[in-house]
Amino acid sequence: MIIGIIDYGMGNLFSVEQALKKLECTVIVSDDPKILGEAEAILLPGVGAFPDAMALLNQKGLSSFMQSLPEKNIPLLGICLGMQLLYEDSSEGKMTEGLGLLKGRIRRFEKGTDRIPHMGWNRLHFARMPYWLDDTQSDTHVYFVHSFLAMETASEQVWATAEYSGVEVPGVVGDGLITGMQFHPEKSGDFGHYLLEQWIANVRRNQDEQVSDISRN
Amino acid sequence: MLTKRIIPCLDVKEGRVVKGVSFVSLRDAGDPMELARFYDKQGADELVFLDISASHEGKETMVEVVKTVASELSIPFTVGGGIRTLDDMKRMLRAGADKVSLNTAALDRPELIKEGADFFGSQCIVVAIDAKRNGASWDVYTHGGRNKTEWDAIEWAKKSVELGAGELLVTSMDKDGAKNGFDLELTKAIRDAVEVPVIASGGAGAREHFEDVFKQVDVDAALAASIFHYKETSIAEVKEYLRKEGVNVR
Repeated sequence: MIIGIIDYGMGNLFSVEQALKKLECTVIVSDDPKILGEAEAILLPGVGAFPDAMALLNQKGLSSFMQSLPEKNIPLLGICLGMQLLYEDSSEGKMTEGLGLLKGRIRRFEKGTDRIPHMGWNRLHFARMPYWLDDTQSDTHVYFVHSFLAMETASEQVWATAEYSGVEVPGVVGDGLITGMQFHPEKSGDFGHYLLEQWIANVRRNQDEQVSDISRN
Repeated sequence: MLTKRIIPCLDVKEGRVVKGVSFVSLRDAGDPMELARFYDKQGADELVFLDISASHEGKETMVEVVKTVASELSIPFTVGGGIRTLDDMKRMLRAGADKVSLNTAALDRPELIKEGADFFGSQCIVVAIDAKRNGASWDVYTHGGRNKTEWDAIEWAKKSVELGAGELLVTSMDKDGAKNGFDLELTKAIRDAVEVPVIASGGAGAREHFEDVFKQVDVDAALAASIFHYKETSIAEVKEYLRKEGVNVR
């Protein structure tokens, strides 16, 4: 599969690019919507702060590009900050509007007994299976590192959560062909690798079978 | 629930792992990638590579090491040693390191922490604190423990976090190498002073020492080098023991 990685100048794309190449994907890394338009699926990575990221995405015309993906039937995967950007807004730094592809808001963990950031390996609990995931594995630990989380989400858009600081932290989320992962699958050992592999293999399998003619091979 | 992390540390000089690593099962025990893979299989939660190269060539080699490790390893890793500027951080993080660890350079110029955190986000910036007891408190040292600074360890920990450190790696110089357990007092004092995760380092000599530091101090992670390198115990053994004793590990 040809995967377009959105390179908007924030952070380390090397690991995720290598992970996709290992899964035999052809990878296009670009900040140009025209070039990314050649891809069969889009990956939005990201580290750093939400307002900087949104400003860059808007400036480069990438926000409208991503907002147009659902109608073009092109899958989109947001990882870490990339997942948070899929939501309506974030209070990180200053209140900033996000892509609005998923229902919910990004807010900071409340100060309590637990450390912020939420950093390390935590177990995912699947409330429901994403349509692209055939099965989970016995060990569902994945690597998180974040200080903000998705809140006021729609339960049908949250597939898996991890428990931290007394909160069910949305870990795998999505709607239609849009998927978000709050953790880093490319840094999450065997299970992370498996999630990426499953997403790549099955993401074009439409859950409503509206595009069932698209190859599942 | 978040698990407690076990982090082996590898010293790398001119692209080779040093400090006598004794694994008979490895073809090349000096190859950073081969050791990284070995520790990953054993259940390491993260790795730390400390570059102790003195030469410019050695530092260039480290960038290549980071690229190789990032292409093959699927757990996070931190690179420290000789990172003095924002450009140094950029090179390591763009080569695929997940975090950089700052020590002497941050004490020389604390603003470096803020520059790194503003550019990459706090989650990439680890501040390593080498502390040695002085009466009722602890002093911070630089240059691998050779030079004493004016900083009190607790004050420096707070300052580092205020400037944007996302994690602290606290090494007890009093305990380092002694193998009689982590410095519980020091790590607790720092853990209680900051909100970010704390990694305890120095003094691991037996699996019980990990249990002590996790149960008594509730640190987030524990780092060790020789106990794993010399095969006194393995990461898998430590984790199995911790699990049995009720510590939540992966």
